[in-house]
Amino acid sequence: MAQARINRIAGLHGPAGWLLFLLAVAAVLVLMPVLNRVVSPESIFHVPNWMLTLTGRFLCLALVALALDLIWGYTGILSLGHGAFFALGGYVMGMHLTRNSYADGGVPNFIQFLGVSEWPWFWVPFQWFWFTALMILLVPGVLAFLFGFFAFRSRVRGVYFAIITQALTFGMMLLFFRTETGVGGDTGLTNFQTLLGFSVRDADTRLALYLVSALAVIGGYLACRYIVTSKLGRVLTAIRDAESRVRFTGYNPLRYKLFVWTLSAMLCGVAGALYVPQTGVINPGEMAPAQSIEMAVWVALGGRGTLVGALAGAGIVNGMKSYVTAVHPDLWLFFLGALFIIVTLFLPRGVVGLFQRVRGEGGRS
Amino acid sequence: MGLRRLHRALLRPGVLNLQGSRAGPEVTGPAFPANASANRSSVWFARTGTFMHKSNWLTGLLLGLLLGAPGATLAQSAEERAEAIAEGGQQASDAAADGLAGETGEVVGRLATAEWQEVRDAIEALAEVGDADALPVLRALQDGRLYYDEADRVLVEDAADQSLRDAITGDDVEREGLQLSRPPLTNPIRRSLRPVIGQLQIFADDVQLRRAAAEELADRPQAAILPRLQDALEQETDGEVSRLLRIAVARLQLDDEDAGIRLDAVETIGAIRSSRLKGSLERFLRTDADGAYTEPDAAVRDAARAAISAIEQREQLSRLLSDLVYGLSMGSVLLLAALGLAIIFGLMRVINMAHGELLMIGAYTTFVVQNLFVLHAPELFNFYLVAAVPAAFLVTGAVGIVMERGVIRHLYARPLETLLATWGISLILMQTARTIFGAQNVRIVSPEWFSGSVQLMQGVSLSTSRVGVILFAFFVVGLVWFLMTRTRLGLEVRAVMQNREMAAAMGVSANRVDMWTFGAGAGVAGLGGVALSQIVNVGPELGQAYIVDSFMVVVLGGVGNILGSVTSALGLGVFSKFLEPVTGAVLAKILLFVAIIIFIQWRPQGIFALKGRSAED
Repeated sequence: MAQARINRIAGLHGPAGWLLFLLAVAAVLVLMPVLNRVVSPESIFHVPNWMLTLTGRFLCLALVALALDLIWGYTGILSLGHGAFFALGGYVMGMHLTRNSYADGGVPNFIQFLGVSEWPWFWVPFQWFWFTALMILLVPGVLAFLFGFFAFRSRVRGVYFAIITQALTFGMMLLFFRTETGVGGDTGLTNFQTLLGFSVRDADTRLALYLVSALAVIGGYLACRYIVTSKLGRVLTAIRDAESRVRFTGYNPLRYKLFVWTLSAMLCGVAGALYVPQTGVINPGEMAPAQSIEMAVWVALGGRGTLVGALAGAGIVNGMKSYVTAVHPDLWLFFLGALFIIVTLFLPRGVVGLFQRVRGEGGRS
Repeated sequence: MGLRRLHRALLRPGVLNLQGSRAGPEVTGPAFPANASANRSSVWFARTGTFMHKSNWLTGLLLGLLLGAPGATLAQSAEERAEAIAEGGQQASDAAADGLAGETGEVVGRLATAEWQEVRDAIEALAEVGDADALPVLRALQDGRLYYDEADRVLVEDAADQSLRDAITGDDVEREGLQLSRPPLTNPIRRSLRPVIGQLQIFADDVQLRRAAAEELADRPQAAILPRLQDALEQETDGEVSRLLRIAVARLQLDDEDAGIRLDAVETIGAIRSSRLKGSLERFLRTDADGAYTEPDAAVRDAARAAISAIEQREQLSRLLSDLVYGLSMGSVLLLAALGLAIIFGLMRVINMAHGELLMIGAYTTFVVQNLFVLHAPELFNFYLVAAVPAAFLVTGAVGIVMERGVIRHLYARPLETLLATWGISLILMQTARTIFGAQNVRIVSPEWFSGSVQLMQGVSLSTSRVGVILFAFFVVGLVWFLMTRTRLGLEVRAVMQNREMAAAMGVSANRVDMWTFGAGAGVAGLGGVALSQIVNVGPELGQAYIVDSFMVVVLGGVGNILGSVTSALGLGVFSKFLEPVTGAVLAKILLFVAIIIFIQWRPQGIFALKGRSAED
């Protein structure tokens, strides 16, 4: 009974679920590339390059949704600042790409505007990929650790925490909008040429980026699943449901919260770093509070507290966004706004909850 | 068209003031009084009456709100008219001229020529005659509204309705059948026109015109008109104008051959302590290559030294004062933006992410009211703001009540969901505003009495709208205080917020109190929107810029504590104004965020912690 309950909390499954999982993995890792590469372009099953890249981007956003679900759905801490971590990862990758796009000793215009003709000190180490890879984890991770430490230590909770995370991303956005910050000001970083010696515009590189994104999501899913089904995950859920009681039982919630919060920020950083070479641009707009709140609705729509729900929510909302903004750009905000209201009023457990209700195994827990 | 509007917008007196006021101390700009003539108002009325004269105010409001695209075009033309009303004062002085006296009339007649040299000579002759009645003609020349016909009559075109009148006799002239040409308006002519207009204007009857002219002369005095300046100085009764004229005279006298006059001039400057003359004084203390002073007279040099230090003292004082005043002004903007939130979030603990959009609705309501005034009561245009205040309160209050009844009341037990749902509402409201009014900013023209500037002391002047916002903030705080402590609603609100069950047991309908509290909070946000509409651009994204700031104010002030919000808003405003020169505006804001987050670590209850049993939950 207990095991079944854990499985349900994790949004996971018995053998049939594992089969579904493997099928999804196969579809993403094998079917999509095959449809892209092997099937002839005339066929209706052919997946064009742009769609592959789009799917790659969605996979990155799905990883963000997983990260947010870990912290919100399982630990009960709503963050409205995950866009900042996502963008930081993106900026780290963007700096690496920019640094190596000017390998011949030149510097981009925005650095010249600062009145210097050489790379500022903090740009220098980004020429090495290993350093960049480290920073993708460390920059969002350290920021989240410090921020989380101070916030959780003084027991800032609930909506207050949500608001200060929003202030965090807003402040970061203002900081990155300044030209003097030295990372491109309001235009951000763009015009990337090469990644590890391969042209970023090349179809092969695109495919590789897609595959890496897919692997990152699969890895992230498995890691999150491992966490939420472990003892640690049960403490997290307990913190969500009754923090004081957890504290009285002898656990120190600070450590658990801090761990999962930092991990979540790092996952976001990875997602951002994979997202940027696929879109070709990173600018402070990614840190706008609106972006971060939108992330929350992915998770809410899918069903928080279920990892599958987070993935599904990210896919559904972003798919709709791509479609609606292409066909009726004026309607998208109405649509998104209505989504927020409908989900909170009528679908508190998201799409997954809807399925569970249909299958009769849901109900209030 | 676009360029012309931009040009006009920049020329409009209030605009430069307004933008300057965000950056730092501003210069007193010329302001023209409104006395738009009644006959022009009736022209508008007749024009607009064709399609709207029977509809009353309410339907007009509904029309403006509901009729998407036609509403927007209607709004656009109304905007232009609003602007024209605001410009009215300038043209009114044109209309005032009735014929011109003998010599002036004769010289003005010489403007009917195609030769630019002759035009220039005529301008110079007008300067010598020195008759302020010639001003409308010169201004018409400057704006390209001056014509002459085949009979060499000089004709002035009215800027508002394009009617023509004879510049010399003042009679109206029919445009039909006339062969009109313009006198040439080359750059040399423009250059010679400006000072002439300026020096004629210092004799004008209108103080505002004189002040504008004196301002110009104090910046760019010309040696040739020194005697006229001294004449004007003797006649001048207005303190500010005569101060400016004394600056102009002293500046010219600094170059005098006579050391005594130079000394006088330096001492005058020391007494006036005008910082714009510091540069001219420093010249006296410079040495040439041999180490000898360029100024031979030691007394003059000492006086200059004394005057400079006096000026510097004054500058320091005025910088301090202006930082303080600007900080207060910024703080009161923050306060107005945050007060509604202090009620909704502070008292009800509802996270209303649509708060910024309530501000926006208040601002757009002001816009609609402005246009209704232009369309239906142009003669009362100057008072539209007075009507906008209750209108904004009611409209935003109604929107708030609809929000509360429709969505928020279902979510009281789930604060995080409330946050997301209200964010959704904010997106919908924003897009609705964009659909009705367009994505561009709408133009709100401050009424005449609200667009000048007030001089607090030399070098510290504040645009009237900023002063108005400070006063308005006090008014709104007073209103909220009255509402909360002196009305039955306030009593019930406080009772429900302190102990919901107990209040309900005593017969207070908690459910209904929630609705009215939310409505009142939203209405107060609408009032903030009215104030914002006068000092920032009004567009669909107006609210977004204030949402985070507002939350910071409320959290810093202590949730549930309105007095705390007042203190924290004003404090934040002043603090960031003092920080800005050191760090720049953006970094100042970031530092403040960091400071607030650290402050909350130290004092989670805000500046004023509530004491007693209700303090801790």
